[in-house]
Amino acid sequence: MIAEFGLAALWLAAALAALQFLAGSLGFTVRGGALGSVVRPAAMVQGVLALTAFAALIVLFCRTDLSVKLVAMNSHSAKPFIYKLAGTWGNHEGSMLLWVTVMGLAGAFVAAVERRLPEPTMLATLAGQAFVSLGFYAFLLFSSNPFERLDPVPAEGQGLNPLLQDIGLAFHPPTLYLGYVGLSIAFSFAIGALITREVGPAFARAMRPWVLGAWIFLTIGITAGSYWAYYELGWGGWWFWDPVENASLMPWLAATALLHSASVLAARNALRVWTVMLGVVAFSMSMVGTFLVRSGILTSVHAFAVDPERGTFILALLAINIGGALTLFALRAASVTEGERFAVVSREGALVFNNVMLSAILGIVLFGTLYPLLAEALGAKVSVGPPYFNPMSALFAVPMLLVMAVGPLLRWRRDSFARIRASLAIPAALTMLAAIGLAIRVQIGVLPFLGLALAIGLAVASLLPLKGCDFRRTPLPVWGMVIAHLGIAVALFGMASESAFTVEKLVAARVGETTPVGPWNVKLVGIEPVAGPNWTALEGEMHASYRGGAPATIHPQARFFWAPPQQTSESALLTRWNGQLYVVLGEETGDGRWQLRLWWKPFAPLIWLGGLLIGLGGVLALLGRVASDLRRIVARGKIAYRRQRQGR
Amino acid sequence: MNDAPRIRSWMLWLPLAAFAGFVVLVMVGLLRPADREVASAMIGKPLPPFDLRPAIPERPGLSRKDFAGGKPRLLNIFASWCIPCAVESSQLDALAKQGVEIDGIAIRDRREDVAAFLARNGNPFARIGADDVSAVQMAIGSSGVPETFVIDGRGVIRYQHIGEIRAGQVPLILRKLKEAEQ
Repeated sequence: MIAEFGLAALWLAAALAALQFLAGSLGFTVRGGALGSVVRPAAMVQGVLALTAFAALIVLFCRTDLSVKLVAMNSHSAKPFIYKLAGTWGNHEGSMLLWVTVMGLAGAFVAAVERRLPEPTMLATLAGQAFVSLGFYAFLLFSSNPFERLDPVPAEGQGLNPLLQDIGLAFHPPTLYLGYVGLSIAFSFAIGALITREVGPAFARAMRPWVLGAWIFLTIGITAGSYWAYYELGWGGWWFWDPVENASLMPWLAATALLHSASVLAARNALRVWTVMLGVVAFSMSMVGTFLVRSGILTSVHAFAVDPERGTFILALLAINIGGALTLFALRAASVTEGERFAVVSREGALVFNNVMLSAILGIVLFGTLYPLLAEALGAKVSVGPPYFNPMSALFAVPMLLVMAVGPLLRWRRDSFARIRASLAIPAALTMLAAIGLAIRVQIGVLPFLGLALAIGLAVASLLPLKGCDFRRTPLPVWGMVIAHLGIAVALFGMASESAFTVEKLVAARVGETTPVGPWNVKLVGIEPVAGPNWTALEGEMHASYRGGAPATIHPQARFFWAPPQQTSESALLTRWNGQLYVVLGEETGDGRWQLRLWWKPFAPLIWLGGLLIGLGGVLALLGRVASDLRRIVARGKIAYRRQRQGR
Repeated sequence: MNDAPRIRSWMLWLPLAAFAGFVVLVMVGLLRPADREVASAMIGKPLPPFDLRPAIPERPGLSRKDFAGGKPRLLNIFASWCIPCAVESSQLDALAKQGVEIDGIAIRDRREDVAAFLARNGNPFARIGADDVSAVQMAIGSSGVPETFVIDGRGVIRYQHIGEIRAGQVPLILRKLKEAEQ
């Protein structure tokens, strides 16, 4: 019953999206003017219906209703409740349903609150949003129906991929999706602005909170995903340039660029064409990423069920949505006037430079991700990895970081370096000192060297905009910028330190033996079998002591899940302020010894701490923007009220 | 004020052109009938030695020497708790009816569950070994269920099919068996 109810809600939501699209498109014409009033309510009801369908699927998963094929294929009655819940989106169909639900809710929210833009632009925006949603509804209903029944009902379900049975991962996909799909609003605003030729500060201000919100979710999602891969996969690495990681990084890069260029447009009415293009590109990257993951066209650890039919369907959606938007852009952008001019040395100039650098990195990541396809088309099977991505992206990241240190200190329109030279002396001197110290003391690679030296100067420089400010009166968006930029420096320091100073040990140890790794001594005390709700494991007991101090006990596990059968390793982490000890328990070697992998990673946790700071900066900026928007709405309401009373 | 280079109208078409290039590239990748499956490192190698107890009383167990009969055989890795295994059972039956000899290995299963599974979905197997800890499964380079191996008459692995055998793939399996005869 619930499955049929959910399916009905999904069909109705699709029908309302169709109505929203048609009414929005016809709302322009003289005769169709009255239809325009239907658009906003349609968007709101559509969002509620999509949410209803998603809620129905959640109920089916929580009850482990095995008569539904999707539940039978991805769940198991013996699974802990939280993973039954997470199983709802831990599969292709469920995650696509989540996708349209988020799109529907975002559209509903815009329809309910956004009143700053001219009504025709809003109609075009909501019609655009409905058009994109409609494609995904069609995809769900015709090729990925999540509510399909199974006959006969199986006795037991297939289980969820054990790698996904982790609390961190349970909430990783929805977080990323909120980011991906939140960008759809920016996309629709860009379409609306292009159609009605209303590319100006109002467009940027309406779009900005959505970009910020999506960007926050992307930042947190990527950070959490990286940490998950780090401790769950047991490889000791935190970023692999895997196609799916790149799929989340590309929209983030585009959204970061968009965020900055939208600020320029909102504040200075410049960079019109560039901003509107980034608005299209950011969500396009989300869709391209989804396509690359879902079609299985690239081999990846993340690939869901590989299905060429689905791949073709999503590709058709891509071609229509992105191709259409870029065609509209090419036709209309020429008539968008250029906006205000500015000098090279100015806040705008620095932002433009960083925009170009971010776009270049985006291009490099995109090219590297697609390169295996390109090579395969030419007859070779290859994959590119860190040797390509690291130096190529650093080539553009280093100048970008330098400008990032300077940019926030510059004034809008025109400025000179002479004015800010004194403030930059401290960070520049610190960077030089760090560089000299590193060069004398240690032998490390070029990239970690640059990273460490730059990070120190950058951290100080990122705080400079607060110099001489009254902290209580400093606007929240400024705090947000400072904290986000500081986060970049912190993460950079962690990355460079992890790459420069990590110590790795691979040993076969007997019970009772002690292995030194970096400043740690790790003693294998014993190996015991343990069992969980749907797994059994061998658990090591180890005593780790830092520089001869009191030992701490850690328990790495080699887990075996039985539905579906798969082995995972639960690494044991021991975090100190200056780094992390990382231990993985491997196989027994046969003569009573156990394979152990141990790493000491100085300052590695800063990578994710930095990521969280970047996200926190976004949250502060968003709060500041929303608060000032609310104040404006209230003030406008008061004025209108007063006028009304005077009119009487 | 600087004179930023004016955007020329043909430049505005560049993003679309780049995207068109992407679509063409991906179409080539999607439509190409390539073997996307990761070939097992075990292909071309002889089966490792193993000796499994019978999974059900009605059929004998399975060992390495059962594959030295001089004729190609299919080795199907399955489990009663596996839904795609039930889906592929009619394809296995079709293959068995055409005279293909099929042996099975039941992964992490209980005797009565296997019996119930075979009673429900048919039993195309000549022999069924029980692999209680996935040891043989791992040793022959299989990572999931169901998988099907073509083993030639000397016990060498010639082909690995990952996932269930679909109706359209029966001719493929027959062809691989034929190739294994040489």
